[in-house]
Amino acid sequence: MEKFNTFKGIAAPFNILNVDTDKIIPKQFLTTIKRTGLGKHVFDEMRYKKDGSENPNFVLNQKPYDKSNILIAGDNFGCGSSREHAPWALKDFGIKCIISTSFADIFFNNSFKNGLLPIMVTKDERDALLEDAKDKENPEIEIDLENQEIRRPNGGKIKFKIDPFRKKCLLEGLDDIGLTELHESKIKSFEESRSTKHPWL
Amino acid sequence: MSKTLYDKIWQSHLINEQDDGTSLIYIDRHLVHEVTSPQAFEGLRLSNRKVNSPKRTLAVADHNVPTLDRELGIKEEDSRIQVEELDKNVEEFQIPYFNMNDTRQGIVHVIGPEQGFTQPGMTIVCGDSHTATHGAFGSLAFGIGTSEVEHVLATQTLIQKKAMNMLINITGNLDKIVTSKDLILYIIGKIGTAGGTGCVIEYSGNALRDMSMESRMTICNMSIEAGARAGMIAPDDITFNYLYEKPMAPKNVDWDKALTWWKTLPSDTGAKFDKIVDIDATKVTQTITWGTSPEEIVSIDGTVPNPDKISDEVKQNKIKRSIEYMGLTPGQKISDVEINTVFIGSCTNSRIEDIRSAAEIIKGKKVSTNVKALVVPGSGLVKKQAEDEGLDVIFKHAGFEWREPGCSMCLAMNSDKLNEGDRCASTSNRNFEGRQGKGGRTHLVSPEIAAASAITGKLTDPRNVT
Repeated sequence: MEKFNTFKGIAAPFNILNVDTDKIIPKQFLTTIKRTGLGKHVFDEMRYKKDGSENPNFVLNQKPYDKSNILIAGDNFGCGSSREHAPWALKDFGIKCIISTSFADIFFNNSFKNGLLPIMVTKDERDALLEDAKDKENPEIEIDLENQEIRRPNGGKIKFKIDPFRKKCLLEGLDDIGLTELHESKIKSFEESRSTKHPWL
Repeated sequence: MSKTLYDKIWQSHLINEQDDGTSLIYIDRHLVHEVTSPQAFEGLRLSNRKVNSPKRTLAVADHNVPTLDRELGIKEEDSRIQVEELDKNVEEFQIPYFNMNDTRQGIVHVIGPEQGFTQPGMTIVCGDSHTATHGAFGSLAFGIGTSEVEHVLATQTLIQKKAMNMLINITGNLDKIVTSKDLILYIIGKIGTAGGTGCVIEYSGNALRDMSMESRMTICNMSIEAGARAGMIAPDDITFNYLYEKPMAPKNVDWDKALTWWKTLPSDTGAKFDKIVDIDATKVTQTITWGTSPEEIVSIDGTVPNPDKISDEVKQNKIKRSIEYMGLTPGQKISDVEINTVFIGSCTNSRIEDIRSAAEIIKGKKVSTNVKALVVPGSGLVKKQAEDEGLDVIFKHAGFEWREPGCSMCLAMNSDKLNEGDRCASTSNRNFEGRQGKGGRTHLVSPEIAAASAITGKLTDPRNVT
């Protein structure tokens, strides 16, 4: 996985409640056998009109948000299906960070596995960032994972919490499977004692 | 110290725990399907890794498979490629597999329990959020993403953090007409779609003790719609009787040993829960959804809500949007709403008991001329059982289509889908915009209400069709 470095990017205001993974990437795009190429389909049903043309009212079709790297999202973002196609599609579009008050568990987990950082903040902080993002002249926000800090366009800072293990994995671009394989002997001995105790398992 | 069912399963699967609580847990069972696995197998190939424990893995094609004319194969090219990819992957990695033409094929969450692959005390995962279903057996079962599918295939473990313990305690008894589907929709309405976020829910109470495994599975299945990754119900004699002599259940001496262990699993008296919600069973009515989120519920004799009465602007906008998408009007009686499609199926309600309950209502009646109605049994074995009982004949006589097993119209990845503006009484689990087809409108209902609605062409209380 690519290392997650500090970056400054355009933040899009996306204050919709309970954005589900069907909305992020509808099922007709799940038949792919690849991880890449889903960016053009992200939010398909909101983003395109029936004739396939872009819906000008949809925020990610508007300038400067068509180049967004950050979403300032509504509560409970990413609920529903476990499809990892959701973070793949967001990442492929260019989104590297989503800021909200809450995320659905599986989406939250899946994001970290793909170098997409979900940040949880308070409602007031999220609302302030939404106002920042709405300023089309200057919607750029800086994300500093190392120092766990969001830097607002007005120079203000918002601190955020993150699990230390997940932080390390993102910063160093670590592969989970490789890390787990370091515990190989522990896994083996666990398996052995388990098959003596519960042989039917 | 007193422990919950979840604490016990967690601790017995813990291989390693870091100071920050990040843990490596062992996975007993892994179910694999065609949609969320191709990239995981590709990952294994690229890194030259093997499947750690093929015998703890079971694969099936369910999401993309056609429910009509299966012998002709899959028409849609990309769906066909995805299933063919699974065929190749299970062959290459030597994973047990029920292919599309195997009688045991079916929805991944129907076949696991049916085969006895699912058992109490286990950790069970699948690249599908409705894996929570298996928690009905007193196992810790949850959905994972494709990266985690690859992780489990390679190591038979997962990196996790322990979730909070949440208890949903159901006091009193349910009215006879109220089903487990009504109960879980009612619960989601109470706690909201984020009510269980960060938690593993244990459901308890006498009302559950009287329920069959099929009904319990319906409840645990929709835990994800309440935001929880997993839902569980303590195992009891009903669980053990269900599993006894199932093909993959322990046999002979192993059965006795397993039974002794399973009986130690229920939460201890005085075990600590981080969150407790009490649900008064006597207040639960026949519940369906009116909107585009599983929390947007209404009693079958109720009305569509009025958004003007909601003060929170974001919530008000969400409800307005739902009403607009669903083509309803505030204050409208829900039983006046006409439907043109009925879907009985999905990992929520496609088991033999669901099919029997619907058949009971359909018997001797006809589907309304405006309605297209289909029954999609959860597995080949459910289908066969229903046919042995003559239930297929009841459905066909009434005007229902009797299909081959699969996920079908629940997520509409195959050709079973709603068209723009279609309105469906569906026994599935998600009513998101476009879930059953772009522009389609979904009302989540019990099999009984689905059956009654097929007859009248409106969302209908089953008591009104006798």
